Amino acid sequence: MGFEVLLKGNNMLRLLTGLGVSLKISFVSVAISIVLGVILGILMALKNPVITVISRVYLEIVRIMPQMVLLFIVYFGTTKALGISLEAETAAVIVFSFWGTAEMADLVRGALLSIPAIQYESSISLGLNRLQTYRYVIVPQIIRRMIPLSINLITRMIKTTSLVMMIGIVEVLKVGQQIIEANRKASPTAAFGVFLVIFLLYFIACWPISMLSRYLEKKWEN
Amino acid sequence: MKKNNLKKILAATLTLALGVATLTGCGSASAKEGSAEQTSSDASATQEQSDSKVYRTLDEIKESGEINIGVFSDKNPFGYVDENGEYQGYDVYFANKLGEDLGVKINFVSTEAASRVEYLETGKVDIVLANFTVTEERAEKVDFALPYMNVALGVVSPKDKVIKDLSEIKPDDQVIVISGTTAETYLEKNYPDIKLQKFDTYATAKTSFENGTGVAWANDNTEVIAYAIENPGYEVGIPSLGSQDTIAPAVSKGNSTLLDWINGEIESLGKENFFHADYEATLIDTYGKDYEETLVVEGGKVADTSSEASSDSSEEASSAASSDAAEASTEASSAK
Repeated sequence: MGFEVLLKGNNMLRLLTGLGVSLKISFVSVAISIVLGVILGILMALKNPVITVISRVYLEIVRIMPQMVLLFIVYFGTTKALGISLEAETAAVIVFSFWGTAEMADLVRGALLSIPAIQYESSISLGLNRLQTYRYVIVPQIIRRMIPLSINLITRMIKTTSLVMMIGIVEVLKVGQQIIEANRKASPTAAFGVFLVIFLLYFIACWPISMLSRYLEKKWEN
Repeated sequence: MKKNNLKKILAATLTLALGVATLTGCGSASAKEGSAEQTSSDASATQEQSDSKVYRTLDEIKESGEINIGVFSDKNPFGYVDENGEYQGYDVYFANKLGEDLGVKINFVSTEAASRVEYLETGKVDIVLANFTVTEERAEKVDFALPYMNVALGVVSPKDKVIKDLSEIKPDDQVIVISGTTAETYLEKNYPDIKLQKFDTYATAKTSFENGTGVAWANDNTEVIAYAIENPGYEVGIPSLGSQDTIAPAVSKGNSTLLDWINGEIESLGKENFFHADYEATLIDTYGKDYEETLVVEGGKVADTSSEASSDSSEEASSAASSDAAEASTEASSAK
């Protein structure tokens, strides 16, 4: 089955170290994306024409450009064009935050706009001021609407970090490929076992996040 | 009581963020705009040759005490990582010798087929020793040193119906190739009558060949030889076909001090038959004794030279992840 190759030397430890690299990059990027995404999303909901145009362009760039191209541009492009040599991990965090911020902002904007105007009007007629309206009426609803979608985004970001192998970062999937290839002759069927273990590792990483989301959704149901 | 605390904190934070955002106006938006512009200008500028040199000269490398060498980390037996996390293989054996003779510590960088040129163009590695086939196209972007290995096309077929010459292929027979490889280009150009069966990945080509859908399989000779050795029912009828390409170390364009040093090193290592020793240490398990002279280039002197360079990388396609690599390279070029 190929599990035996994982017990050779410190293969399992290498795989876990690789997972650590993947998670480090994704969690730093997710944190940056949430903060910047919330701010940008609110700005977008203001419907200021300048902000709308800029954010549309930004969003389209993120949607059209494959993450791989962005990685190449940020990692190699900055050195070629600007002479700045970025660390591979820094480049990865920049790219994933660039992507995450755009998607997060769009989620925030969508959630904000989905609140009917009547809610604002009712709050004001109840005597709440603008800040109170957001604090007690709007934001709690936004959070609830955004949770499933943002969890989706976060898990997607974790999985997409496998692309960073293209700029020389050895993360969990790359370690897996290295192990399979190194044992190409000794255990030709190692691929199945190794990929199964990697699947489990990703599952262990993403599942608690899904659980958290389900818990929060339930908790804030009403 | 408690159950709403988290929600309250979150709500408060978001309200705060909202307030701050409203107050500071478009500060962050313009920052975003800036970064977006920056990326697009990067994209347009990638093609431009920057004036400042990106590479490190021989003296600078020696002074720093460390050399960055780009190798494959998943191409057994050329460059791979063993179970203790150590880099191994034919390319790595040579890299270690270079580091030793230079008296510096080696920092191995795991490269992919599609990004090898970029690594050198940006000076992120000093040398690429990643099964790098010399092609005219690549030679415009990087400087190749003397070769240390031969690579050509090979054709493998079942033992009971070995094809020793392409003329033996009947009009109805099909030959299996992997899309985007040198084998495909070569056969289409030189043998337009042969029917090809194209597959995107190594794995699908292999399965199909084993199921007998084609009479032969054309690929890099290193790949087909290894395949025939691992699978007893098959034989490499044509071990060397078409243009003889070579594999050589590469350095950043213009890094003449390092290039000259490597060339000198390859020549002097030739005297002690270093690459034969390298073959015996790393490749013999895969290719056996028979192919030693076919594959090894000693002292940078190719026995049977051919100036014709293939237009495509051969080893990219030989990997199981060939479609990924091809995709990456198209993406990389479209990024320019």
